[in-house]
Amino acid sequence: MSRTLHDVASGTLFGVALNYQGLLEQHLAAFEQAPYQKPPTKPVLFIKTPNTRNAHGGVVLQPAGERLQPGPALGVVIGQRASRVSLDNAMAHVAGYVVVNEFSLPEDSYYRPAVKAKCRDGFCALGPEVVARDQVTNPNSLDLKLFVNGQLRQENSTANWVRDIPQLIVEISEFMTLHPGDVLITGTPEGRVDVQPGDRVEVEITGVGRLLNTIEAEVLA
Amino acid sequence: MKRARIRFEDQIHSVQVDGDCSVRLSDGRRLAQEQVQWLPPATGNMFALGLNYADHAAELAFTPPTEPLAFIKSVGTYTGHRQVTWRPDNVAYMHYECELVAVIGKTARNVKRADALDYLAGYTVCNDYAIRDYLENYYRPNLRVKNRDATTPVGPWIVDVADVPDPGNLKLRTWINGELRQEGNTKEMIFDIPYLIEYLSSFMTLQPGDMIATGTPEGLADVVPGDEVVVEVEGVGRLVNRIVSETEFFSVRKEA
Repeated sequence: MSRTLHDVASGTLFGVALNYQGLLEQHLAAFEQAPYQKPPTKPVLFIKTPNTRNAHGGVVLQPAGERLQPGPALGVVIGQRASRVSLDNAMAHVAGYVVVNEFSLPEDSYYRPAVKAKCRDGFCALGPEVVARDQVTNPNSLDLKLFVNGQLRQENSTANWVRDIPQLIVEISEFMTLHPGDVLITGTPEGRVDVQPGDRVEVEITGVGRLLNTIEAEVLA
Repeated sequence: MKRARIRFEDQIHSVQVDGDCSVRLSDGRRLAQEQVQWLPPATGNMFALGLNYADHAAELAFTPPTEPLAFIKSVGTYTGHRQVTWRPDNVAYMHYECELVAVIGKTARNVKRADALDYLAGYTVCNDYAIRDYLENYYRPNLRVKNRDATTPVGPWIVDVADVPDPGNLKLRTWINGELRQEGNTKEMIFDIPYLIEYLSSFMTLQPGDMIATGTPEGLADVVPGDEVVVEVEGVGRLVNRIVSETEFFSVRKEA
């Protein structure tokens, strides 16, 4: 991890699930049924623990016997303490943006916290660097692309977010303070793909950067 | 031995706690418990267990889980001994949860049950408050229920592993305004501490300062502003907290 990134984005990693309209729509019928009963009314949040931090160029280990899926996402780095902020003022709390690859095992259910799927060592790559807020003119219109061994495998746009950055900051900071250095991972779009040991996995976001990781098989001691 | 983190005259200190709850700074000064601000004794991630007591699972009309149900808390939700927690306006049900907490003392990966206690720094107590109005069936219990600012009192201190010879047989009790409202025993835990360390460390690395909150027994009740809520784990500690209104909490905090 570059020194600047490590200093600026050293806080808690908060993820937002189901924040792409296409992904939410895929599940809407199921979300009317048990165990969900009704679609989510508030942002669906999770925490990537510090052991998941990984860097640009870092190796991600595929756990033995499990499927591994990259999660291209825009990371929002908090610059100012945000508690109960208003929609108008929300963006003032953002320091900048970083490309995130939020690795996960496949999720066949959203009912229980996804600790086993999402909190494995090295499962959250951030980088190559934090781009200052003002260098990105419209965060609501960024192309996200996932390349595996140079081939485009997943593509979407932040225009398809369910909630944009100000809306997320307002709803989250209503009950929980966001601190400088915290990173809000704004969601992975539908169409996650499997990757295999040996693969070169890259996430590219317009104007923010291109984040590379390579996959290796986990060898149990 | 008991160790705590406190703030005194704007400095954070690691202190030893004596039998009368006075604390001793590293320079030898002794301070009464009322003179200091008690901070959470550890600040890593907390892995909190849901439905880890058979009686509590039944109380919530759940069948006991076959695999631990763990959710994660981050540092902003912790608060210390003798601090306040806020009840949001216009909610119907906010309840306490008295829990024994295991604090990780060294990096743990692929640890076997038999060796698990070697990886502990000690034990503490938490009150894992929940706002049930905000439960949604997505990553349940969701962060809006369980990761709210200053809504997980932790402390008062960490007790050495050696000072708690049988963590599998400790009485847990909660009082509201002096009235006993919850009573249980860690022997009713479904997944015990060695099992939980083996389970979590089988797929991730636990770090020093991480905590495992082991769940709560039956006997939940609503709490309202003005209530003094005390959770106690026998032989570990007695953790005091007071409920304030949302308005009071945020008006005081703005000034701070």
